[in-house]
Amino acid sequence: MGEHVLVGTRKGLFALQQNGSGWESELLGFLGAPVTIAKYDARHKTIWACLDHGHWGCKLSRSRDFGKTWEEVDAPKYDEGLEIKPGVPATTRLLWSMAFAGDDQPNTMYIGTEPGGLFRSDDGGDSWQLVESLWNDPDRPDKWFGGGRDHPAIHSIIIDPDDSNHIFISISCAGTYETADGGKSWEVRNNGLRADFLPDPASSVGQDPHLVVASPQNLDIMWQQNHCGVYQSSDAGKNWTDVSNDVVHFGFAVAVSPSDPNRAWVIPGISDECRTAIDGALYVARTDDMGKTWTDYRAGLPQENCYDIAYRHPLDVSEKTLVFGTTTGNIFASNDDGENWATVGNSFPPVYSVEFATW
Amino acid sequence: MPTVRFTRHLKRFFPDLEEVEVQATNVCEVIDALEGRFEGMRGYVLDDAGAVRKHVNIFINNDMIKDRQGLSDAVTSDDEVFIMQALSGG
Repeated sequence: MGEHVLVGTRKGLFALQQNGSGWESELLGFLGAPVTIAKYDARHKTIWACLDHGHWGCKLSRSRDFGKTWEEVDAPKYDEGLEIKPGVPATTRLLWSMAFAGDDQPNTMYIGTEPGGLFRSDDGGDSWQLVESLWNDPDRPDKWFGGGRDHPAIHSIIIDPDDSNHIFISISCAGTYETADGGKSWEVRNNGLRADFLPDPASSVGQDPHLVVASPQNLDIMWQQNHCGVYQSSDAGKNWTDVSNDVVHFGFAVAVSPSDPNRAWVIPGISDECRTAIDGALYVARTDDMGKTWTDYRAGLPQENCYDIAYRHPLDVSEKTLVFGTTTGNIFASNDDGENWATVGNSFPPVYSVEFATW
Repeated sequence: MPTVRFTRHLKRFFPDLEEVEVQATNVCEVIDALEGRFEGMRGYVLDDAGAVRKHVNIFINNDMIKDRQGLSDAVTSDDEVFIMQALSGG
């Protein structure tokens, strides 16, 4: 019992736990199978694992005994006849994000998928329905496209803790959308972003937020690591400000402090043509002033011959403790707000997701 | 003549790459013309079967082309054609 870290990897699901000054790792299941994201539903004390079996498709499993046993449940499916674009049938290609509603909707949860469909369950994950309003967005067939995947995919889902009908989702590539009515209607939230890969970089749709997070203290304060920079919003995504500089620009992951909306972390990499640590040295950058300044913290992280990159979901924070994993199978942890780091392990499979969970 | 612009990522392979005007009425002819200017470009943009590579996007003005296999989308002399890198990985 206590605080754990769920680690979804290319080859299974692990749980980490601090043990004195070190960390212990336990395989929770799915050895050999890609766990694209693992989440913990504290409402129902349930661990969820989204799987991407190369041969057998996307599967969804849950454990109600903290990983001792697993139950496969129906994964989201697209109805026959739906198309990604004309002539391309819509099928579930990846389960990439998951979020749980608040106490006002105790059995509701969401999964974001490639090719861009958001699925909702109102029975604790037993059955899933496509959120048709988003799927039917007129921009989707022509203005959404793949980024990180062959087709558009939802990687970020933020549910307002005070109102479960108020939701943000983010798509690579389309951008961020907000609903205030439980998904009946959606507004684009991309103002201020820049997409260097589009003919019109300021296009309202087609942006590539790699990950979007909001402060649990104040949902108006949002952060995004974008393909083309780091952005911050103080008005719930209505307007975004580029807060990139020489220290932070390209990367995938971003985390915001649970207690201080001004504080956020990113894990920079060389821009998109390389996608490795910068100059062969890995660092985590932190801002304490809403992105005005960034400090690179390197102590305890490899500073030579390092080509790691952290993807979208393998960084999480709990109070002063941070954990992140990389594509090279390295996992690092810090107990001082990301200033000093210790190695949890160097030989994990490529890490896809990291999330703190207390059970 | 339509103007062709490129993602900066292609400069890694074609250091002399710059915006060009080409004589073309569809995307297929654009690619043919580019191959004449920048030898080998076709293989970077198209796959062995002549389709646009999975992680390459071609826009005519602000719209992605529809025919990624046959390259039949028409271009006019006022059009701007963008050859961009789709975002992959991660």
